[in-house]
Amino acid sequence: MAITVSRPKLNWSERLYLPAILGGMAITFGHLKNMLLGRTKVTMQYPEQKWDSQMPDHYRGAPALVKDEGGRVRCVACQLCEFICPPRAIRIVPGEIPLGERFAKVEKYPEKFDIDMIRCIYCGMCEEVCPEQAIFLRKDYAITGYTRAEMVHDKEKLIEIGGVMHGLVLKWNEKK
Amino acid sequence: MPNDSQPQLVNVQIDDVWHQFPKGTRLIEACEQAGSYVPRYCYHKKLSSPGNCRMCLIEMGMPKMGPDRKPILGPDGKPEINWMPRPQISCATDVSEGLGVRTISPLVEECRRGVMEFLLINHPLDCPICDQAGECRLQEFSVEYGRQDSRFLEHKVKKPKNVVLGPRVTLDDERCILCSRCIRFCKEIAHDDVLGFVDRGSHTTLTAHPGKRLENNYSLNTVDICPVGALTSSDFRFKMRVWFLKETNSFCTSCATGCNTIIGTREDVIYRQTPRENDAVNSTWMCDYGRLNFAYLERDRRLLEPMVRTENKLQPATWPHAIASAATQLKPYVGWQTAILASGRMTNEELWLAGRLAESLGVTLIDIVPRTGEADDILLSADRNPNTNGARLLRLASGSGTVLQQIKEAVWSGQIQALITLGENPLRCGITPEYLARLPVYVVLDLLANDATAQASVVLPSLGFAEKRGSMINGKGRLQRLNRAVRGPGEARDDWEILRDLVQAISGGNSESHARSGRLDTIEDVFRQMSEAVPEFAGLTLSRISDLGVQVLNGDGKPGNSAPEKMREREPEKQPQ
Amino acid sequence: MNPTLFLIFTSLLKIVGIVFVVILPMVSYSVYAERRVSALIQDRLGPNRVGPAGLFQPIADAMKFILKEDFTPANVNKFYYWLAPCLAMVPALMTIAVVPFGSTLFGVPMVIADINVGVLYVFAIASLGVYGIVIAGWSSNSKYPFLGGVRSSSQMISYELSLGLAVIPIFLLVGQLRLTDIVRYQIENGWMIAPFVGHWTDGWKWLLAIPMSISFVVFTIAIFAETNRLPFDLPEAETELVGGYHTEYGSMKFALFFLGEYAAMITGSAIIVTLFLGGWHLPVPWWNHAHGFHWLLIDGSLGGWRGVIGGLFNIFVFFGKVSVLLLFFIWVRWTLPRFRYDQLMRLGWVFFFEIALVNIFLAAIIIACLPQ
Repeated sequence: MAITVSRPKLNWSERLYLPAILGGMAITFGHLKNMLLGRTKVTMQYPEQKWDSQMPDHYRGAPALVKDEGGRVRCVACQLCEFICPPRAIRIVPGEIPLGERFAKVEKYPEKFDIDMIRCIYCGMCEEVCPEQAIFLRKDYAITGYTRAEMVHDKEKLIEIGGVMHGLVLKWNEKK
Repeated sequence: MPNDSQPQLVNVQIDDVWHQFPKGTRLIEACEQAGSYVPRYCYHKKLSSPGNCRMCLIEMGMPKMGPDRKPILGPDGKPEINWMPRPQISCATDVSEGLGVRTISPLVEECRRGVMEFLLINHPLDCPICDQAGECRLQEFSVEYGRQDSRFLEHKVKKPKNVVLGPRVTLDDERCILCSRCIRFCKEIAHDDVLGFVDRGSHTTLTAHPGKRLENNYSLNTVDICPVGALTSSDFRFKMRVWFLKETNSFCTSCATGCNTIIGTREDVIYRQTPRENDAVNSTWMCDYGRLNFAYLERDRRLLEPMVRTENKLQPATWPHAIASAATQLKPYVGWQTAILASGRMTNEELWLAGRLAESLGVTLIDIVPRTGEADDILLSADRNPNTNGARLLRLASGSGTVLQQIKEAVWSGQIQALITLGENPLRCGITPEYLARLPVYVVLDLLANDATAQASVVLPSLGFAEKRGSMINGKGRLQRLNRAVRGPGEARDDWEILRDLVQAISGGNSESHARSGRLDTIEDVFRQMSEAVPEFAGLTLSRISDLGVQVLNGDGKPGNSAPEKMREREPEKQPQ
Repeated sequence: MNPTLFLIFTSLLKIVGIVFVVILPMVSYSVYAERRVSALIQDRLGPNRVGPAGLFQPIADAMKFILKEDFTPANVNKFYYWLAPCLAMVPALMTIAVVPFGSTLFGVPMVIADINVGVLYVFAIASLGVYGIVIAGWSSNSKYPFLGGVRSSSQMISYELSLGLAVIPIFLLVGQLRLTDIVRYQIENGWMIAPFVGHWTDGWKWLLAIPMSISFVVFTIAIFAETNRLPFDLPEAETELVGGYHTEYGSMKFALFFLGEYAAMITGSAIIVTLFLGGWHLPVPWWNHAHGFHWLLIDGSLGGWRGVIGGLFNIFVFFGKVSVLLLFFIWVRWTLPRFRYDQLMRLGWVFFFEIALVNIFLAAIIIACLPQ
């Protein structure tokens, strides 16, 4: 059953609308006045003021490849992040580590590792899915560039952002 | 196989439901047919059953016998079952009358959990780099029966890694779970008994016999049947994760056998070919030669755009221009001045249109180039053309090679002024560049650039087997369908479209052949037109050819469609008990 | 110097000075003011990046508009499509010609053309503004601009009635259409809505201020409607019509529409100031022994530097009043929601038209009763 909403009965002055209009203008003027007197809190002025010091630990910034204390880039090119990435921003070309190299036991490494930061949505699925604790979302958020090519982070750039991570599980030790 | 009129059926109770199976059925197969898949590692239905992985343990029972040696019937009129106290392996047992099986029971689950834990004791945690990840039986069953954590405190046993077993197979012994499938395959199917176990206990290691390598032409099948990532294909190793691969059903075009395959591709790149089960053709195997014979589709020498010779130089042209140019160059010559060199690698549809091309030009000199090699008695056929039977059926192949010889001589004598080669290199049948230099008009339709295409008047780039649809008839008379797995490179076009355009350009839009053909908009139309003319194809459409193919000729390649002899599975040699 | 040459020379100087030095920068900065004030009303900061406090923002905007690709859609009527932005901008600037924006400077009257049909000229030219919008809507060959153009024409015609009727009481009183005479009258008798100069204790004058105030309100609201400002911006209601009549316009052509609207606002404010708020007149309260308390008129009639200061002061006062009105325009825009179209029409035809009409009779009666 339809509900009939009764319209409010307006009295004479309400029907004139002028008091309402003047009331509205008083409200906007009040805001203007408070702004001019500096009583209103306004947005942080970004490039001058930054939030970095208050960034929480779980902040999800640019994804990056980390090294462990041993200096090994942890990624083994399993391509799970490439698979899980919702916007398909990650592109990996796997390669084989030649025998005799320092980390030859690991056998596989990413020959190319590109993340298209135009596509990246900072969801953190890559970090979550990584079985090697190799990819982490760091706190970098100001990712800019003049060209599309510039916005693709290659392996070197990702390692540079990633830096060294301490306290990770070291499962590729010779003994294990 | 003795053709019994009625195989004897036995009653088997699987998970409380009674089923009937022919006598001699493996219990593990019976369970699978009944819908209760029993996990297994060592058992493979085309190989013998050693029963060494213990994964397929089930609870089993025999009918209770009364004092009169008759089964005691329960209230439902079925025999009551006397359950054995201990589990049995289902892979080495055949069904028998009144047998009872439980595939899901606390005991069975516990057994599987125990077996999984033992198998995983020494298995490395390298799934992230293992190529098998994603199609690994060990991964799959450890999801169902594995433990969250390991109770194993000692160090894992070290074994050789990255062992090159042969030119195409690399072994990681740490991943091996000692199922012995590869050993049995080499012994029973490939007849090249090079693999075996050495050492004892948890140090047991798979290796090749000293001084031998796993280098037979079927070695890569061991990679397919390996339930874990121990045996890996050196070609596919670390190239691409299997979960990215788009799988397309196709068949191998490297010889007349036409082994059924799955082509694994990602973004128009072929990464691997694996055999697909088809008992009428290849069982579950294929040879390494055919399996790896796809790299040429990616080569730099691929022809990417149509070219027309102008001012004695091949210049890139647009398709309409190239087709029109070919047609105007071919038209002035009468039938006996022209020859067509077709190929046994063309599909039936392409061969049919090649026939129409010959008709429109009045050509009688037309043949395919035979391509032979050494046959083995497993799968590889001596005829390396995948569609010789199709060419014969469509009357484009002489078979004797006399027509080829005739063409060659006629080119040299100058009788032939125009030559068309379709997916075939004329150098292969003795028509050398000196011969070609005598031809005023030489039209080439091919995939790859070579010495012959360099001398062409018009070059029409076409597609390879994985890039197009079409049908072929294998050596045993089975009609099979190619499916498109990847897109062709550059401007290369489907062969049948090129041929259709060429025929229409030569004969004109309203010619008799065009009127009869109706519109040829899709390859289905071509097949329909062909099936109207060729009785063997009657009632078929291209889409209706099943993934396992359709028998259209008898086993000798002669017309008639009696089913061929089923591929003979080698009788598993009984292992000494 | 030849008086004709002198007239031509000074007129040119005034035209260039008023249009390029005063009005156009004022247009740009009224856009800036619009953005800053609206931001402050909404608890934001507004453009504050370009230059100190964002003061160079209009320059940056102008650069952007000029450097953008001047794109003409394929299926528009090219001639009218190009003509429309000019028609939107030019009438707004032309109206300013008859408005006295100051007393005199170096003995030259601060009005470009002191013609005796002043207000009629204003109405005549201002009405041309609607052609720009209608032609833009029609030539764009697109649904929304067309609807915007149709709305605009009917809205302008409706409100021009009240606009015209609202000024009639002033002419009843002054008896002149010449705007300088109206300003002169206000200097002698006080502003139309507040006759505080002269015999300011005269009750009749204050009684007359009532119909004048009604006229002022009606006129101001009609100017809102004429300039397509919120709450009367239905021709370009972006929630309904994408961008209204200028949907298909970009770069400099769009800028002309955009700035034309602000130019119309400025000329509208200038007319209001001239008609009702004493024009450039701002007397200073003064006291001396000879006259006691009185209002001291400052204008350019004095000799020497005093005259120059006075003349400049008058110009400053005029544009100061205009600026205050502009701020009022902005304030209203960021407070009131848009009318529904039927409400707009009802308001124009049923209320303002009648009020203006009745007001004429009221003023006439009062003037008739006025003791001379």
